[in-house]
Amino acid sequence: MQNYIPIFVMLGVGVLMGFVFLILHKLLGPSRPNPEKLSTYESGMPPVRTARERFSVKYYMVAVLFILFDIEVVFLYPWAVNFRELGLFGFIEMVLFITILFVGYIYVLKKGALQWD
Amino acid sequence: MGLEHALGESAITTTIDSAINWCRKNSLWPMPLGISCCGIEMMAFAMPRFDVSRFGSEVFRFSPRQSDLLIVAGTTTYKMATVVRKIYEQMPDPKWVIAMGACTSSGGMYRTYSVVQGIDQFLPVDVYVAGCPPRPDNLLHALMMIQDKVQRGESRSTPMTVAAERLEKQQLLQIQGVNN
Repeated sequence: MQNYIPIFVMLGVGVLMGFVFLILHKLLGPSRPNPEKLSTYESGMPPVRTARERFSVKYYMVAVLFILFDIEVVFLYPWAVNFRELGLFGFIEMVLFITILFVGYIYVLKKGALQWD
Repeated sequence: MGLEHALGESAITTTIDSAINWCRKNSLWPMPLGISCCGIEMMAFAMPRFDVSRFGSEVFRFSPRQSDLLIVAGTTTYKMATVVRKIYEQMPDPKWVIAMGACTSSGGMYRTYSVVQGIDQFLPVDVYVAGCPPRPDNLLHALMMIQDKVQRGESRSTPMTVAAERLEKQQLLQIQGVNN
């Protein structure tokens, strides 16, 4: 526990500094709010509709594709490096893993996510 | 400004004010509005060759919320003018404005129906930069002039003293009185 004291001191000083700057800002900084200034920043355009909006979940297709073609390779690579040490056990594990992902692949294929036009 | 409201104008607050202004002038964060070709020179002004970080202004903020210097770099059309004005409005006080280049300052060669003949028609401008486009050194010079203004506690956008703020309030009341 003794070793952690400097860390706690640093955390304390960090929080204190945060408050000091907040108070300094309140004291020294000018505050001239007006409705225009407080309006939403949309690169200078008047904002259209609200930000709390429901949007389509079409994007999950991209997530599935990402797992299929990206995360899979991330796991395959270290397995390939250690292929000899892991032996048959590793091979079967990997086949199971790829089978699971293959189901996803078939799903994506049936959904037509790979037809780009 | 700010402190005087709490403590009143005295030798202490003016000293603190000049210290704050010194901090301000050496950390002006620009909001770049590279609307046309002047924008390229503005980028060069931020890059190592001209190196605006010597003046503490290398932190280009792409949000008006965090910046105090608006650099309008380029031909401002009427369509864009509303955007420029809105971004200007959304910057926190105190703020300063540089009109960079001939088009921004006066409409330049675009004497047409679509171009605002100088952004000072809808914004208070602190420093105008001549040139088409101005060289980055010219913009650096403008920045130094802004720094001088900051140290002197002057801004065309924000009343920097209690007296100036009182005057602005009176003028606003007068305008409202006329409108009523």
